[in-house]
Amino acid sequence: MIAFGWRQFRGQALVGAAGLVVVGVVLAITGPHLVSVYDSAVAACRESGGQSAVCNSNPVTITYRGLQYGVIAVVLVMPALIGMFWGAPLIAHELETGTFRLAWTQSVSRTRWLLVKLGLVGLASFLAAGLLSLMANWWGSPLDAASPDRFGAGNFAVHGFVAGGYALFAFALGVTAGLILRRTLPAMAITLAGFIAARFVVTDWVRAHYMSPVTFTQKLSASNTGFQLNGPIGSHATASVMAQAPGLPNAWVYGARIVNDAGQSPTTAVMQQACPNLGTAVPPPGLFKKGGPGTLGSHSTTGATGGIQDAFTHCINTLSANYHAAVTYQPANRFWTFQAIETALFVVLGLVLAGVCTWWVRHRIT
Amino acid sequence: MSAVLSARRLGKRYGRKWALNECDLDIPSGHVVGLVGPNGAGKTTLIHLAVGLLTPSAGTIEVLGNKPSDSPAQLSRVGFVAQDTPTYARLSVADHLALGAHMNPGWDAEVARRRIEDLDLDPKQKAGTLSGGQRAQLALTLAVAKRPEFLILDEPVASLDPLARREFLQSLMEVVVEQGVSVVLSSHLVADLERVCDYLVVLVSSRVQLAGEVDELLASHHRLIGPRHDVDALPRDQHVIEESHTDRQSTLLVRSDGPILDPSWTVEQVDLEDLVLAYMGQAGLSTRRRRNPDGGKAVSQLDVVR
Repeated sequence: MIAFGWRQFRGQALVGAAGLVVVGVVLAITGPHLVSVYDSAVAACRESGGQSAVCNSNPVTITYRGLQYGVIAVVLVMPALIGMFWGAPLIAHELETGTFRLAWTQSVSRTRWLLVKLGLVGLASFLAAGLLSLMANWWGSPLDAASPDRFGAGNFAVHGFVAGGYALFAFALGVTAGLILRRTLPAMAITLAGFIAARFVVTDWVRAHYMSPVTFTQKLSASNTGFQLNGPIGSHATASVMAQAPGLPNAWVYGARIVNDAGQSPTTAVMQQACPNLGTAVPPPGLFKKGGPGTLGSHSTTGATGGIQDAFTHCINTLSANYHAAVTYQPANRFWTFQAIETALFVVLGLVLAGVCTWWVRHRIT
Repeated sequence: MSAVLSARRLGKRYGRKWALNECDLDIPSGHVVGLVGPNGAGKTTLIHLAVGLLTPSAGTIEVLGNKPSDSPAQLSRVGFVAQDTPTYARLSVADHLALGAHMNPGWDAEVARRRIEDLDLDPKQKAGTLSGGQRAQLALTLAVAKRPEFLILDEPVASLDPLARREFLQSLMEVVVEQGVSVVLSSHLVADLERVCDYLVVLVSSRVQLAGEVDELLASHHRLIGPRHDVDALPRDQHVIEESHTDRQSTLLVRSDGPILDPSWTVEQVDLEDLVLAYMGQAGLSTRRRRNPDGGKAVSQLDVVR
């Protein structure tokens, strides 16, 4: 049965393998040059004693931005393609063409038939997407070193092995949709929509709760805070201040809040007391580029001068006596734990769908 | 004579609609059985229940003494060729034989190889490029080489041209002779089956209208042509299946185990097709009478059939 499952899957497997080879060749050809661009910039930075512009922005991130986006897109899309082209037709095509009547009347129970197909192509899905992701990570490692943010919500999905979990889930989703709808094309559409929905839900609402974030406090200063004015500028605007989250390499920073030791944010009364002049100080001309009188202005302190800058500095100094910035984040060393949790989540979802398929094949198509 | 297939009050329902209802049926072993009925009679449903593709909504069915299931043991005993003889279009003939070998412990590679050779099929050819007749032969090869005790074919020749039809039935008969396997094949055209069947089951609206060995059926049915008769005046052992009358003449199809003694009748042999059509017509008329008890106008039974 495994040999036959492979024989049926061979054509699609070859297409997938060919795609991987094409990506692999592109990455293998460009990879060494990418490394050399990165390394020479690092060397130039070292020679200049850290003064050169390349120390802040490695040119590799600009040279390879286009290709980097391409690689990210491929890694993001691959699981959906697997679900649509490996998953959806797996059973639906047999139902459409009637070949399930041939398959289910050989001397193999249909449960076994299903499990072998699911296992074989499911494993291939996991490996293909995982392999692609690893290749992309190897290729992009200088880029990651130049701007270390692999834990960021947008980058998490294209790093590590979580793409394998996505692929397994998308595959199972495709199989289930095909089995229930009995048609390949609608099943492909459902698979794409369902996969995108699942990814959004997990990324936006679920992932942040895998582990409680770590919080650390930071003393308030004019360099890590900003302010916002609401109301007519120069007369009776109310001001609020906010903390800027620090950039932590490869960490996932949720945000920073200004709180006192009891965890409370400054009230309007506190603000008026600490920062009486912030709302009424006259801003320098041209500071607020957008919006006319009566609209909201917002900016960080960088570049602000004159009365408003003094007012803001005074404000922060006064506030910092009782208030501090509380930064919540997931430390960089939790990256692999999060990868494992998210992969497991999608694998479990995939297994649940496989269970649904098994039940459906045994009880609904009879 | 044991039954290869027996059904008791067998029913299969889809939603509210019964595709097969209250079906009682026994098919003896050692025969090539033609299962004939109009479209929608429930033939395919019955067959799918027999091979375990469907499970009954009501009643019971036994095949080779067991409930059909998807257990490997039961599956290996029954060979099945589904309607339109599905095969994997993108796989080659050789791939299909490999499929059979992988999925059937009792696979007879020699039988499969010889059949493919005799049929002059190229093992490398994709099944999708085979002609309808070749595809049917490939499907039959798969069903036969698993060495079943019982072979079920669902409308195997319906979509074939007359030549392919004849060749298919010929090779089926070769299998029957070589392997001594019991066979059921369904069709809505009795002409397809006439040449190969020695047992006939006529199924109309889930009911068995007629079942028996072809020779006996032909011997016990007669067409009587004579001056106008009142059918109620016939001897008791003569059952009228079909009647048509003109002002002066009556033509009857009767079932009678004894000889026809009334000399005013001209007695003619019936062929299988007439017989089946008569029984289908009878079923159709009884359905119509049930719906319209007053009768209204007299309907010629043949009109109902045609």
